[in-house]
Amino acid sequence: MASKRRGLPEINAGSMADIAFLLLIFFLVTTTMDVDTGIARKLPPISEEEQEIPPEIHAKNIYTVLINANNKLFVENEYMDISQLKEGAKAFINNNGRDPSSSENPEKAIISLQNDRGTEYMTYIRVQNELAAAYNELRNKEALNKFGERYIDLNKTQKKEIRKMYPQKISEAEPKNIGEDS
Amino acid sequence: MSKFRKGEKKGMPAISTASLPDIVFMLLFFFMVTTVMRETTLFVNIVTPKATEIKKMEKKSLVSYIYIGSPVKRMQASYGSAARIQLNDAFAEVGEIQEFIATERESKDEKEIPYMTASIKADETVKMGIITDVKQELRKANALKINYSTRKGNY
Repeated sequence: MASKRRGLPEINAGSMADIAFLLLIFFLVTTTMDVDTGIARKLPPISEEEQEIPPEIHAKNIYTVLINANNKLFVENEYMDISQLKEGAKAFINNNGRDPSSSENPEKAIISLQNDRGTEYMTYIRVQNELAAAYNELRNKEALNKFGERYIDLNKTQKKEIRKMYPQKISEAEPKNIGEDS
Repeated sequence: MSKFRKGEKKGMPAISTASLPDIVFMLLFFFMVTTVMRETTLFVNIVTPKATEIKKMEKKSLVSYIYIGSPVKRMQASYGSAARIQLNDAFAEVGEIQEFIATERESKDEKEIPYMTASIKADETVKMGIITDVKQELRKANALKINYSTRKGNY
């Protein structure tokens, strides 16, 4: 009798369910956490009817960025390293007429981007990224000045106001074909 | 002595919860399997480029993916190693993109069409030529909202 009564007590398996639930929740969360991220862009529409004459744009309001097939940058008729592009773009956008050969104000500033068919995708994305970063930093700075908050924390109307001050105007020209071997 | 034993011996036996973990594990496996099943099998190698100014993609059901990269090893015998486009579960030519966008649109509600996004998932070593062709086709199909798929990271 005594030996039957004692012996190893059964391990309580009641908490096993909790552990399994924890695992279940972990997997549920991690699978939804894996969201896709990317750089959003809008393509210009192909208009069927004849295009109206585009408004005249002064050459000084255009910041030309060329990328060749060797992934080298040629910005405003000068060679430039990709690491300097952000600062260059920021200086151009926020010139406000200080330098007579650069943009008049951020609203008029346009960045013109042209690449070669042989340009590597990585370089292209990096250039897009640097240009987006230039705009984001300027918007952030303005948002901190005006509303005391970062751009992403602003509400819709405030965001709109900042966006109006710094509209992101990146125009892409048809690529050249010099470097792509087919 | 009998005073102490009374309560312990009688009363309703507890319902065994030993099978509860099994049920939950079954649920767990179900979720694990279904989340993998939904993805398309990639026939191309893709390592997306890194970027810092990224946005999360909203409404995954409204996103159509266009994969671009060089075919995986076992496909290279029949398709070569040059960069190719993959739509859904098969290789495609540039000209098929318009059709692809049209079928994607058909399966969606009319109200949702303006929010549809085409996500370009391309390998970082791909040349811009093929990407430009894809973009041009997207313009023709009037799918103007695009997204360059990138991963988060600094250079």
